[in-house]
Amino acid sequence: MATTMTTGTDTVDRAVSARIDARRGTPWWIWLGIAFAALLPLIGGRTGLISNFYFLQLSLMIVYSIAVLGLNLLTGFNGQISLGHGAFFAVGAYVTAILIDRYEMYYLATLPIAMLACFVVGYLFGRPALRLEGHYLALATFALAIAVPQFLKYRHFEPYTHGVQGINIFKPDPPFGMPLSPDQWLYLVVLACAVVMFIVARNIVHSRMGRAMMAIRDQPLAADTMGINSARTKSITFGISALYVGLAGALHAIIFEFVSPDSFRFELSIAILVGAVIGGIATLSGAVIGGFFVQFIEKYADAATKWVTQIVHLPIELEPWTIYGIVLILLMYTMPMGVAGGFASLWRKIRPPN
Amino acid sequence: MEQLLQQVASGLANGAIYALVALALVMIFVSTNHINFAQGEMAMFSAFICWQLIHWGYPFWIALPATMLFSFVIGVLIERIILRPLHTAPLLSVVVVFIGLLAIFHSLAGAIWTHTVKPFPSPFPNFSFAGSGIIGPHQIGMILVAVLILALLFCFFRFTPLGLAMRAAALNPTSARLVGINVDWMLALGWGLAATVGSVAGVLVAPVVYLEPNMMAGILLYGFAGALVGGISSPGGAVAGGFIVGVLENMVAYLGYMLERATGFYLIGNGEKLTVALLMVITVLTLKPSGLFGHVTVKRV
Repeated sequence: MATTMTTGTDTVDRAVSARIDARRGTPWWIWLGIAFAALLPLIGGRTGLISNFYFLQLSLMIVYSIAVLGLNLLTGFNGQISLGHGAFFAVGAYVTAILIDRYEMYYLATLPIAMLACFVVGYLFGRPALRLEGHYLALATFALAIAVPQFLKYRHFEPYTHGVQGINIFKPDPPFGMPLSPDQWLYLVVLACAVVMFIVARNIVHSRMGRAMMAIRDQPLAADTMGINSARTKSITFGISALYVGLAGALHAIIFEFVSPDSFRFELSIAILVGAVIGGIATLSGAVIGGFFVQFIEKYADAATKWVTQIVHLPIELEPWTIYGIVLILLMYTMPMGVAGGFASLWRKIRPPN
Repeated sequence: MEQLLQQVASGLANGAIYALVALALVMIFVSTNHINFAQGEMAMFSAFICWQLIHWGYPFWIALPATMLFSFVIGVLIERIILRPLHTAPLLSVVVVFIGLLAIFHSLAGAIWTHTVKPFPSPFPNFSFAGSGIIGPHQIGMILVAVLILALLFCFFRFTPLGLAMRAAALNPTSARLVGINVDWMLALGWGLAATVGSVAGVLVAPVVYLEPNMMAGILLYGFAGALVGGISSPGGAVAGGFIVGVLENMVAYLGYMLERATGFYLIGNGEKLTVALLMVITVLTLKPSGLFGHVTVKRV
């Protein structure tokens, strides 16, 4: 499976360009973008251009970007497919919710614990999953996605999880009497987490560990021969990937103020995977696009469905999922390497010769 | 004791459905190396077609062949139109296309026939016999029809030139092309047959789980598990795997129920049986990664 993801020369190309990118550092316009995003509560919030509802939407988009990034580290850079990352999302969300609800912990202090818990769960799951490849791993992770919501409903855990009812928590107020609404403050928290996590991911990918991950993806046998401990690398990658998704889950619980087993159904895992592939597998920028896709496609699919129904006068009432499916298939036709991959190859064709 | 037999019998009946779904998955897998995640929704759509035909007043035994023919055509068309341009695409792109197909079939069924649960008449006559307490007529019918389909497919692949050509195309496309087999059409034919087998599974299971767009979600998962347990490269193994998973699932719930009755401690119930059955399947796979009946592939370095 790993070898079919990229052709040989393409991988070399990308490895070379990745090394050049690493030397160059992050381009200035990305920092400008982050600074602009950080100032949004001041620019948009104070003037009333952007409502609290939109800040919530933006926060969710960033949260999904972190989750997509986590899956991308595993699937894109290490070649292990997962249909069950919603499970780690759920674990992160529940760890945070239980710590806040039952032990009255400070919400920011729960984040590292949730991340650590997810790392351990991911590592422990990744260890036996080492023997499984391709479709078998897909089934194992699929089972994980089914199992975790059922575990959350399990009768003997109810004192902690409150069963199907879920757990309500409350949005924290901004500290130091900052003139921000809770939604705006949480948006800043989420943004800061995302920036840190993306920088860490970039460093991982360009480090010795990252090269080992990619070597295992492209040529498992050659990687072993070169002295890479592939069992260790693969299970640690699984853990790191789970850690990212767990953080996303924990942040989701805080901004959503609610967790329940049914918020983490199998569809969430699929949405994260679709986000990773649509955004662009094995690219960091693809994770941002993927997060955007996960959060906004449903809304736009809904609007597009209404528009189509109005224009065409169909005898049946279309559902948004039809448009969603058609969009997925068309995107895969036009950009099999995702949106980020599509733009990169377009740029390679039109860039000035150097 | 009778209860245990009952559970085994209904496990076998469900297993027949899982076996058919597993077989449909394997048929597509051996020739293209793809797991068709939309298989369950395609079967669900076919079951709705059959329901519609019956609703219009056609007898079941005319509606079923018509449904099978329709599914065959749909399967061929999907391969020719949607998957043909993706033969060289990365695996993950194909997975996403399957997810897209799943979404389309699911939402179209919901849009055309609504999400309300519909009863589906059992096509088998209701009669009583010696073992009536253990197994119902519809369950016997399910097992018989599944076995019949399997036998027909076996004969098709074993004894007809077309079946031989399809096996050749799946086994070694390049050589098959050299001896004059139209490999592309063989793939499309394989898709059509898989869709047909899936449609039978959908129609047979509809009276049990009732007709609604979500009805195949769990069944696809069991079929997938069955295919992997039996060995995804072996059709016979997939069928056996389907039956194994069916019985296993019911045994898990039954043992949990017995344990609760004996000791009063609730360990496993209907809510957890899917999880436990899947965990067992995964344990088997970690110990024997090629499945129970699959052959180990040797990689050339």
